[in-house]
Amino acid sequence: MRHHLILRVVTKLLIGVIMLFALYVQFHGDYSPGGGFQAGVIMSVAFIIYSVVFSLADAQKVLPPWFVHKLMAVGLLLYALTGVYSMFAGYNYLDYDAINPEHPVSGQHNGIILIELGVGITVTAVMVTIFYAFASRTPPMDDEAW
Amino acid sequence: MVKEFGLDWTFVIGHLNYWLFIILMMTGLYIVVAKGNLVKKIVGLNIFQTAVFMLYISVGKVKGGTAPIFPVDMNIDPDVLYSNPLPHVLILTAIVVGVATTSLGLALAVRIREEYGTIEEDSIQKIDRDTCLQDANLHSEVASEPR
Amino acid sequence: MLTALAVVRAQSLFATAMLSGAFSLLSALLFVTLDAVDVAFTEAAVGAGISTVLMLGTLALTARFERPATHSPVIPLFVVFVTGAALIYGTLDMPNFGDPNAPAQVHLAPDFIQNSPHEIDVPNIVTAILASYRGFDTLGEVAVVFTAGVGVLLLLSGLRHRRRRQGKEDS
Repeated sequence: MRHHLILRVVTKLLIGVIMLFALYVQFHGDYSPGGGFQAGVIMSVAFIIYSVVFSLADAQKVLPPWFVHKLMAVGLLLYALTGVYSMFAGYNYLDYDAINPEHPVSGQHNGIILIELGVGITVTAVMVTIFYAFASRTPPMDDEAW
Repeated sequence: MVKEFGLDWTFVIGHLNYWLFIILMMTGLYIVVAKGNLVKKIVGLNIFQTAVFMLYISVGKVKGGTAPIFPVDMNIDPDVLYSNPLPHVLILTAIVVGVATTSLGLALAVRIREEYGTIEEDSIQKIDRDTCLQDANLHSEVASEPR
Repeated sequence: MLTALAVVRAQSLFATAMLSGAFSLLSALLFVTLDAVDVAFTEAAVGAGISTVLMLGTLALTARFERPATHSPVIPLFVVFVTGAALIYGTLDMPNFGDPNAPAQVHLAPDFIQNSPHEIDVPNIVTAILASYRGFDTLGEVAVVFTAGVGVLLLLSGLRHRRRRQGKEDS
């Protein structure tokens, strides 16, 4: 899509806003609708738009596939290890009181933020991975084909 | 308040939403069963899935209730009715899992297309039958040869 | 709902993909009216965004048009009507729409709504349940998403490597 000038300029403007919104949804999920799942999807949309409008190679320069594959596991591990930590601290698995035993409510807050971060990372990475997998197979196509 | 027609209108209106969702669900099921195209089948599954989500969410709705989010300052008014948050949680995760599994299905369709050159169900079956017949013929020839 | 019916009729798979995106968006609106803002948010982001893109990616890799059906639609229609009738019979026992005394509302939900302010102290009850009360469940869901990602990777990128290796061996 090299010759779609307006599309490219608008996309450049939008990507920053989309990512900012994703971060807002991620960390403000306790107070308003949102959370890790939605934030992950929105964040991956930013990368998908970038690779659709510019090119897949450009997007993979920003976010190389091997890195995304690692991120998939990192998110899930972050989630699971939070649970393991609370288990070692003498609480039930995934009982966030363990993070701050003197003040269980703030422990709950921190725990929720941590695991939502894990969810967000995994969902972003999986969606981007799936898109890369589909897009890297697509034969080069001209814009007239549709 | 059953009328002489045997029709209870509060009952009908109270259940109309379930029936609409079931019709939607059946639309999805029809696409899955009747259409031969694999991508179309996946779209049908999606419609079915969304209809199930709607059914769950509508079970959690309370008349006069509002979205289950407290005010930010946590001054909770005990008179406010909240809808049931539990189905929301279940469906929220189910949607994301749904798109992940959908993409798995689409990936399968792509691979099938690469191997068979088509994503129509009956052509795939025909190709399978032909290869099976060829195999069987080959085996019977080998078996009938004198040792 | 009309969009769903249009999906049945549409021969062009491109139109189907677009219609399913519109369908997701409309269902997101429905979720808002049913007080499920979180769900609506997810549905709008996922259904109208990601899955349409994936659908188009698949179409680019496969075919763009559907072959007209060769079977008669009588048997599927019969199956669908019987199943639908059974399900509608099943709903006859369900409580009315929006009934505050329905079994689904009286058991767990009030518990969550009353206890989460002083146990978790997070305004969004949905987040509180998702991350804390049902943390195991969510862990499982994340694992499923992860597995689906790994599955897609295996299906779509394994062959390329094998081909490349074959190419190397040939040359």
